[in-house]
Amino acid sequence: MTGDPLYLDGVDLTDLGIMLIKVLVAFTFLLVATMFMVWFERKLISDMQNRIGPNVAGPWGLLQTFADGVKFFFKEDLRPENADPLVFRLAPYISAVTAFLSFAVVPIGGSFGGGDSGTVTIFGRETFLQVADPPVGILLLLAMSSIAVYGVMLAGWASGSKYPLIGSVRASAQAISYEAALGMATVVVVVLAGTLSTHGIVAAQSGGITRWFLISSGIVPFLVFLIAATAELNRPPFDLVEAEQELVGGFHTEYSSIRFALFFLAEFMNVITMSAIMVTLFFGGPAGPILFGMTWFWPTVWFLLKVLAFLFVFVWFRATLPRLRYDQLMHLGWKLLIPLILFWLMFISLKELRAAYDWNWLVTYGAAIVALAVGTALLLAALRAGDRVYQEELEDA
Amino acid sequence: MTKLDHLRNRDAVLRMSETEAEERAAVVDPDDERMIINMGPQHPSTHGVLRVTMELQGETVLRSKPVIGYLHTGMEKTAEDLTYLQGPTNVTRMDYAAPLFTELTFSLAVESLLEVEIPDRATWIRMLMCELNRMSSHLLFLATNGMDLGAVGMMIYGWREREEVLRFFEKVTGLRMNHNYIRPGGVAADLPDGWREDIRSILHVLPERLEQFDVLMTGQPIWRERTQGIGVITTEEALALGATGPILRSTGYAWDLRRSMPYLAYDQVEFDIVVGTYGDTFDRYAIRLNEIRESMRIVEQCIELMPDGPYRTEDRKVTPPPRARIDESMEALIHHFKIFTEGFKVPPGETYTAVESPRGELGCYLVSDGGPKPQRMHIRAPSFVNLQTLPHMMHGGLLADAIAVISSIDPIMGEVDR
Repeated sequence: MTGDPLYLDGVDLTDLGIMLIKVLVAFTFLLVATMFMVWFERKLISDMQNRIGPNVAGPWGLLQTFADGVKFFFKEDLRPENADPLVFRLAPYISAVTAFLSFAVVPIGGSFGGGDSGTVTIFGRETFLQVADPPVGILLLLAMSSIAVYGVMLAGWASGSKYPLIGSVRASAQAISYEAALGMATVVVVVLAGTLSTHGIVAAQSGGITRWFLISSGIVPFLVFLIAATAELNRPPFDLVEAEQELVGGFHTEYSSIRFALFFLAEFMNVITMSAIMVTLFFGGPAGPILFGMTWFWPTVWFLLKVLAFLFVFVWFRATLPRLRYDQLMHLGWKLLIPLILFWLMFISLKELRAAYDWNWLVTYGAAIVALAVGTALLLAALRAGDRVYQEELEDA
Repeated sequence: MTKLDHLRNRDAVLRMSETEAEERAAVVDPDDERMIINMGPQHPSTHGVLRVTMELQGETVLRSKPVIGYLHTGMEKTAEDLTYLQGPTNVTRMDYAAPLFTELTFSLAVESLLEVEIPDRATWIRMLMCELNRMSSHLLFLATNGMDLGAVGMMIYGWREREEVLRFFEKVTGLRMNHNYIRPGGVAADLPDGWREDIRSILHVLPERLEQFDVLMTGQPIWRERTQGIGVITTEEALALGATGPILRSTGYAWDLRRSMPYLAYDQVEFDIVVGTYGDTFDRYAIRLNEIRESMRIVEQCIELMPDGPYRTEDRKVTPPPRARIDESMEALIHHFKIFTEGFKVPPGETYTAVESPRGELGCYLVSDGGPKPQRMHIRAPSFVNLQTLPHMMHGGLLADAIAVISSIDPIMGEVDR
């Protein structure tokens, strides 16, 4: 993999044009998709709850989000007296911009099977169907999801109000805890694929369902990633940052008008992006059967269908599950997900190393089991010590 | 004194602003990480207009103080200006989730002063309607409890089932709430034709739906984590604070007025008192869920055992004559006129009657000076008394637990503030 073939032989005006088109298409696609995602979520939740849901604006209420957006635009933009003016205004943009940026590295199409390297031809030029394919695409994704937390954190902090403050404190703690699990689940995929480029990861999964990292990594990394991603997105049951019943909306309590809409937009955009990332990492990206002709068309369809399945799962979570409590969230993250994915990472790495260097399997896995036992013992000891300190603190208070 | 000392002073919490407290503070303590936070009266999870001032350290609730009175409308004072017949219209607005119970306790109090016997059918109709009301009230609890803990789907499911009951109420009383159906001397109207089929269809759907609730919440690991061991209260504490209803029963103390001091015909029907063990939020949830099942048992027996006869007392000094009689009988006309202008007179005396509402002991204290209007009417509201357990149950929990606790008390602010 040497990056997008578009730039291999220098860059001319046509290349620039293609680039611009790709940016525009991705941007528009994401905006429109977000619009329909909001509608999709409301409609689906309504179905799950025996309600009708939006049905007035446009056919089947399809234009509801548009109507809401227009309404937000004309609302008064309020700023609390105690708010930090600059940061208060800046925060929504941090959220929205990062949500857009992470989508840039997701390959949304291109046939990868049998000799094809996932390129499509536009204006006679070979190119990838993604806005950018930096060699460190995965790092960019992780960086963006980290920066997105700043939007939430700063919003809550700058509001100069107590509920948003609690929300932002929760946001930072939650992000730190789950970023680790999320990152390590991604590392498992990186180890298997041997590349940090999203295009490379998709290419490594080409050639049938068994090659998807969902299966070849043993499902656990995917489950960890799914849970961590839900937490990272602040979606129920991990929506403690907003927690309408506790914090009255959390970090965005004090926001109104278009600034609130920006948060809203960013949240749903992040859901779409995160689903796309999951599809890319574990479900072979645009992989799927080419039914008839049009090799460039079907992969995109498969990609969109897979993303839609994840969107459904996120909505399903929201309709069904009660919210976790703050400390339970931390327990789940630190005591379960992180140790689990750490051990899994160790095993996967050992497996790869053994295959590469032809190590003795008995020694390799024996060492792994010993490490597992020692690690578990240490972890349990640490947890018990932690509990004891906590109890002592509780008695002091 | 630090800023916080000012703020949590008994009167200061209610009136002093944070800036004012800061100005008055003599000592500035930079290590003080505690924070006073106001929850309500405008807050999605305070069940109306309850306000709780909480002292937080991080997210841990150190102290809390419920502040009530935002829905005070002076209903007890109003009752002194209404005749006994108008009384139920007034009291029915207190507990708007279980309006029939306040009507019932008021009517029972008036009847005990009047010393009238009410017909059997009226007794059984009252019992039937009250048990249905208990079901609808507990279903509302399940809905709000689910919602408060973040299971938004539960909200609609609970309301959906409650709607079935309310539809029946509308058919019988003409209204979905604030029925003014149970009146001194009996009930306002007889049950409509086909009432048995209507109730049977409710009893037919409900068990299956309750099992769905079990799947959605009772067996849910997150749900159990969120409710078990949260807001624990012991029997002694509950008794000392005067808590009744599911809160007292959740501690394992089987106190239910329907069994302990039977009124209406509760001694003639079979049902079980549901009690808990740990006195936590989960027990209170489970008790209400299973009380719906017990109420269904009672309702079934009511359908079987419903006697025939008049649905209100024939004593014409208390209940108006049938409309047709007014055209032919002078005496009927006079009774009708007297009842709807001056109202009937009640012998002097005082009384206290209590019924088991879905929230606990709902009592009515009534003083009559012999006139057509009560001299004093007081409602012992279970929500009000149960709310006093709030600071105790919230102590040491997290902010999210505080919501769970408020929800598990199931306060109706209309009843608390009256």
